[in-house]
Amino acid sequence: MDTMRDRFIATTTRLLDDDPRLALLLAEISKDGFQQALLRHPERVINVGIREQLLIGAGGGMALTGMRPIMHTFASFLVERPFEQVKLDFGHQGVHGILVSAGGSYDWPASGFTHMSPGDVALMDTLDGWTVHVPGHPDEAEALLREAAAGDGSVYLRLSVHANSSPQPIGGGGFTPLREGSRGVVVAVGPMLDHTLAATEGLDVTVLYATTVRPFDGEGLRRAVAGARPDVVLVEPYLAGTSTAVANDALAEVPHRVLGLGIGRRELRRYGSVEEHLAGQGLDPASLRARIAAFLS
Amino acid sequence: MTNTTYAQDDIRRLHRLMALMTGDEKHSPAATSTLDALWVLYDRVLRVSPATARDPGRDRFLLSKGHGPMAYYAVLAEKGFVEEEALSGFGGYDSPLGHHPDRTLVPGVEIGSGSLGHGLPLAVGSVLGLRAQGLTEPRVWVLIGDAELDEGSNHEALAYAGPAGLEQLHTLVIDNSSASYGWPGGIASRFSAAGWSAETVDGRDHQALYAAYTAPHPGRPRAVVARVEPKS
Repeated sequence: MDTMRDRFIATTTRLLDDDPRLALLLAEISKDGFQQALLRHPERVINVGIREQLLIGAGGGMALTGMRPIMHTFASFLVERPFEQVKLDFGHQGVHGILVSAGGSYDWPASGFTHMSPGDVALMDTLDGWTVHVPGHPDEAEALLREAAAGDGSVYLRLSVHANSSPQPIGGGGFTPLREGSRGVVVAVGPMLDHTLAATEGLDVTVLYATTVRPFDGEGLRRAVAGARPDVVLVEPYLAGTSTAVANDALAEVPHRVLGLGIGRRELRRYGSVEEHLAGQGLDPASLRARIAAFLS
Repeated sequence: MTNTTYAQDDIRRLHRLMALMTGDEKHSPAATSTLDALWVLYDRVLRVSPATARDPGRDRFLLSKGHGPMAYYAVLAEKGFVEEEALSGFGGYDSPLGHHPDRTLVPGVEIGSGSLGHGLPLAVGSVLGLRAQGLTEPRVWVLIGDAELDEGSNHEALAYAGPAGLEQLHTLVIDNSSASYGWPGGIASRFSAAGWSAETVDGRDHQALYAAYTAPHPGRPRAVVARVEPKS
């Protein structure tokens, strides 16, 4: 299976051919994959070098002239390093663009914490009006990218090598119910779906699948909670508790409990593999099952 | 002094407009440091007016040094972008004119600024965006301060724009010697080293400013360093 990043490169290369409004900005990362696009559209495919503040600022400038910029690098360098540029050069200017990250929270564990960005979605949450997509499969990533490219809003598309074995249909931003049960509601975000399904096998719970986490499908969560005990578990591939506040807001009128599972703030200071990191964070199926069952018991 | 009496009349009118704005005295030296350079740019160089403020083919002026914008607002008022009556509300809750400008509130203001180090990268992107749409005529100007040049984001933009040959890009640096560590070798040398066409002029000399603004610089971005009184 190709990775979401492979699919992003192939899809964006085609989209650039078809849509003269689109521009792609790179800061060295992924430039080899985009060689063809760089040659075909030298005016719209821009590599600014290892300059992440300029990556975002120049994207904002292109947006000011009416272009639709796609900015891409690893999440640490796309969201965290130039965060004030994201805040001011898009939000404050009142212009829009598409941020596409790679790397996520544990994509490249052998490189250590410098290339992990578990806080990116929480950081984006401090800004107004950004749609945040967390696909769980390359097919989903492609569908969400195409939707973002054709739209006009500000979009953060978070790609990861961690993926589910099969894609789910992308359903207009709402959470997709995959199982129904009565003892609680488990929301699995993007690549956490396979492990969450395995962890909840045989449990009497509703499982919702989310690829779009902002805006948060509060209506979908309320619907699910209406048919089950209002105990909600969020399983997210980034900082634990990132969506706890929005889930609480969605359930403000309903007595409820929320457990946020995800990546801990404490650095593991371990290298190794993605699977080892998921286990180290308590996000492997056995750990998830124990934590979910304990919460819902 | 090569400024004409006519230009002195202009500056007197602008000072009267600036006097209508009160409440940001902390930044008023920063405001007057830009006055002559801004006036010559708007009066004689920039191809933009209230009627063409949204025309894709207009020249762009990006005020990056967003603090002390009184001279900027005065020039915008003199040129008809802003109603003179709005000036007295400067900084008020109902005023479109803040101590840092907001592009969504004032016609003709290309960027919201205040946080230093955003304008030059945005200007680079503006040139790239115009060029990608075949708009090679409009020129993009960005005004930064000498201390603002300390910001690393400006150096990212400066180092990229030269080798990328962004001829449409122009940076106006107001040098009032406010950078704590200064710029040994001069500010213009930083731009020249990155492949820009660069020149330093007296920031109060209208004729010198005009000549520097309009000097040809084929294939290269242009930097004009306008020196004014220290800490002015």
